[in-house]
Order: sequence, then C-alpha cells, then structure tokens
Amino acid sequence: MEALFFNIDTGFLEGIVRGYKAGILSQNQYGSLAQCESLEATDYGGFLANEPLPLSTSTIQDKATQILVDQFNYLRSNSVQPLTKFLEYITYSYMIDNIILLITGTLHERDTHELLERCHPLGVFESMPALCVATTVEELYQSVLVETPLAPYFRECLSANDLDDLNIEIIRNTVYKAYLEDFYHFCASLGQPTAEVMQRILAFEADRRTVNITINSFNTELSKEQRAKLFPTIGRLWPEGNNQLAKADDMDQVRAACESVSEYRTFFADAVPNSSSGGNGYDELAAASQLEDRFFRMEVFLNKQAFLQQFQYGVFFSYVKLKEQEVRNLTWIAECIAQDAKDRIQDFIPIF
Amino acid sequence: MGLGSYYSYGLPSFLIIVIALYLLFTDSGEAFNVGRFLEESNPYAWGASGIGLCIGLSVAGAGWGIFVTGSSILGGGVRAPRITTKNLIRHAHKPSENRLVTNIALQYHLLAADSLLCISRHKIIGIVYSARLSSVGEAELYTPANYYTGFALFWGGLTVGLCNLLCGVCVGITGATAAIADASDPDLFVKILVVEVFGSILGLFGLIVGLLMATNAEEFKAAATTTAKAVASPYVF
Repeated sequence: MEALFFNIDTGFLEGIVRGYKAGILSQNQYGSLAQCESLEATDYGGFLANEPLPLSTSTIQDKATQILVDQFNYLRSNSVQPLTKFLEYITYSYMIDNIILLITGTLHERDTHELLERCHPLGVFESMPALCVATTVEELYQSVLVETPLAPYFRECLSANDLDDLNIEIIRNTVYKAYLEDFYHFCASLGQPTAEVMQRILAFEADRRTVNITINSFNTELSKEQRAKLFPTIGRLWPEGNNQLAKADDMDQVRAACESVSEYRTFFADAVPNSSSGGNGYDELAAASQLEDRFFRMEVFLNKQAFLQQFQYGVFFSYVKLKEQEVRNLTWIAECIAQDAKDRIQDFIPIF
Repeated sequence: MGLGSYYSYGLPSFLIIVIALYLLFTDSGEAFNVGRFLEESNPYAWGASGIGLCIGLSVAGAGWGIFVTGSSILGGGVRAPRITTKNLIRHAHKPSENRLVTNIALQYHLLAADSLLCISRHKIIGIVYSARLSSVGEAELYTPANYYTGFALFWGGLTVGLCNLLCGVCVGITGATAAIADASDPDLFVKILVVEVFGSILGLFGLIVGLLMATNAEEFKAAATTTAKAVASPYVF
C-alpha cells in the first residue's frame, strides 16, 4: 500500500537518488582509473579541474566527499517530513565521529582550526567549535550537546568522568549503540517496506560493530562487563551471540559465536585456524583485515540490494554508504598510485 | 487499538445501535423498510448517481496514476532525459535514438495513453448511459422496467468507476517502476510495458461489464396508466 502515497512527497527525490546511483563508478571505470587515466567522463568530471598540481591523496578524498555532501544537501533541502528526519538520522553518525574527533584532539592539545577542518562535512552543527573547551563529559553535555539532537544518546555516558583514551572509545561506542538502536526503532515506525530494508542493513551494522568491539578488546584493559554493555541490542547476534561474544577470549570463540548466523560463517571460513591465542600476531592481523574486508563486501551487497525495491527510504541511506565506499576506493587507488604499489591496486571493493 | 480506531469504528457503530433501538422501542420498527426504500426512491437518482460515480471515480483513478508516474519520471529524468519522451508523450519513438525496439510504430508511452484510456472509457459509459435518461413525469415513472434501468445504471456506473480507479492506480505504480527501470537500463522498458498493458486491461473489463449491464436497460418510458408509489405503512409515523 505504500506505493499509493509514497510518490506524493518523495517520488521526485527517489528518482534523483537513483540517478545519482547510476553515476557511481563501475568496474570498467575503476579499471581505466587504475591505469592512471582521467576521471573526465564520470560524475567526477570537473571536480579536480581547479586544483593546483601536484595532487595529494587527501585533496582527492576531500573533493570527492564534497560531491557526496553537495548531493546529500540537495536531497535534504528538497525533502519533507518524514524523509527529512530520516536524512538527519543519517547525519548523526558523522556528528558522533566529529564530536569524538574534537574531544580527542582537544585532549591531545591540537589546534582547534585544524581539528575543525578535519571534521566530516555531513556531520557539522553550529555549536561544534564550543566542544573544544570542555574538559569533562558533564560540562560537555551541559554546554553543548544538550541542544543537539544527539543529547539522548549521551545521557548514558555521563558517568564516565575523566576523559582518557579508553574512556573516549567507550563513550564513542556507547553513543553509537544508542544511535543505532534509536535509528532502528525509528525505521520500524516508518512502516513497511522501509522498515524491512533498513532493519536488515542496521542489524548487520550492529553485528559488525559487536564483532569488531570484541576482537579489538582482546588483550586490552576493557573488562567483559564493560564490553557487554557496548553491544547494540539489535541485530541477528542478539541476544545469544552477544552473550557468547561478551565472554569470548580469542578468535575461535568469536567464530563459534557467529556460527548461528549462516551468512557470517563464511566470514571466518578462510581464517588460519589458530588455536593458541595470541600466539602468532601476524596471522591474527591478517585474519582481522580479511574479516574487515568481508564485512565491507557484505555491507556493499546489502546496500546494493536496497535499490531493488521501490517506494522506500532505504535507497537514500544506501546511496550515501555506497558513495562513501566509492570515495574510499578512489583514495585507495590514488594511494597505490602515489606509493607505486600497483600490485595491490585491485584490492578495493567493487560496487557495480 | 489506537485512539483513532476507537473513534472511527466505535462512534458509527454506537450511533447505528442507538437509532435501531430507538426505532424498535418506539414501535416504529417497520419504518426501517428496505423494500419500501427501493420502491420509493427515484430511478433518476439511481441512474444519475451511477453516471456521476463512473465519471468521478475514473477521473480519480486517472489522476492518481498520473501523479504517481509523473513524479518518478521527473526525478529519473534529471539524470536520464531520454526517459521523459518515451514515458510521457504518446508518439512513435524517434529512430534517431539508438534503442532496441520491437516495433517502432507501436512504441507507446506509458502514462498518457493509459490515462487517456481511463478517461475515454468513462466517456463511453457516460454517453451510453445518459442516453437512457429520458424525461418522464413523476406519476408515470415507477414501472418495473424503469426501476431496472435505474438500478442497472447505478451499479454499472459504480462498476466501471471502481474498475477504472483501480486500473489507473495500477498503471500509475507500474509506470513509476518502468520509468525508473528505464532510466537505469533501457532494455527493461519494453518488458515492463507488457505488465502495464495487463494493468490497462482491468479497466477494459470494467467497461465490458458495464456495457453488458446496460444492454437490457431501456430508456425511461412512461407507464401506460398512472402508477402509484409504494403505499405508506400504517405503522410508520
């Protein structure tokens, strides 16, 4: 029934975003990019035209991100509720990253302007520079965050009083967990099929974060109870998988915990069966990066699938994520060319 | 159950029960007389309502279909301008564009023709049905043949109207999907067009049934002698 009324408010924007999606670089174009030819014929036609040589990788990344930001702002300014709220939810994850970046940077006494330049443009909000002066979370919350839409997410972390590196990571993950759960419930309120598409994507995101938090917390000071509190309560690994991962100590237990979900089994398939925990550090690193790669591929797959269904908001979210992946790919190719590592240039994740 | 459904389901049911019990307890139960209503109501009312419903619902369906498809075409046409002509205007598609088509002369658009079909169907029905509405005086109106004509026009018009409404909506939604599929891959256009034609047939079936219902309905004729309306029951105030 959603098809009857969806196009009233959102038909035009859906057509636009599908047009944007057609502009995402295809495998052939990546091939010619890798041979150092130009980006002329793509969406990226003129974006580097005004840049002085020599081009650095970060310039390419910034300009490519700016294209995404311009497209996203066009969509956001033309949208009406509830699509506007949905698009704002997409920006919250970038806001969280920016806030954490500013806090960390302030702690390590970096220059405020430099930090502000490194913030992601999709996540800027007005009172961002004021974050640089706060010293405790309490102060941070009272002065700045309480006016932003992220206020409810920060309420749970007010107890962490001193901001050192470990605590900041805990804050980041707690806030992100609250954000994911809130977004999940918001999508449920939007009705089918948006709910169906988005919840599948967000469930995978939650599971991915759970596994990453587990793996990254091996051999650190993070206690198991603290770790368990960072896992989002959505996703296919909840609740049994989450409980098992909270008690896990090495990769084998992580693999065992993910066995219950058939899609995740293949992620650990080729990993070197390493029984002695912490024994061969290099193997674990290789396994972890392979896992990360597989997570990215699965994410791209799920986001591509969102485009197969019409009359739902998932296409907007998926487009932003796919475009981000494309920017990462471009940066990777540029880096490989710059560092003369042509043999690894094909290691990016193709989208179309 | 939300508050909205309490009001929307509860209030009408409550009112109906109160009215029914009032009639029952004040000894006017006979006032609720369906047969008498059908005999007393004017066949012109039935006939004209049928024609009005037919036209109104068909136009609603056509309009609904147009806006659903139109917004998708507008959005998709920003990146892929070629879809606008194919999907909107009804003309044979230009051979200068390099597209695979089965038969250029029959390359229909989607939107305009199907909405036009909706509209033309209801015009046919409107013309055919309104020919039945000839002028007869009140006293000679209530003959069995006239009753039949009135009812047939009403239900025939309602049938055609509803069929066209749903057909218009169906074509609109598939048209939106076709526009977007065409924007991303031109080969898909003809395939989805076939699905749209099936949707269009729904309205055609409605038209056929409407016409069949009206074949036996003669135009209003005066009775040979003056006929009376249904006698008022002594039990009714």
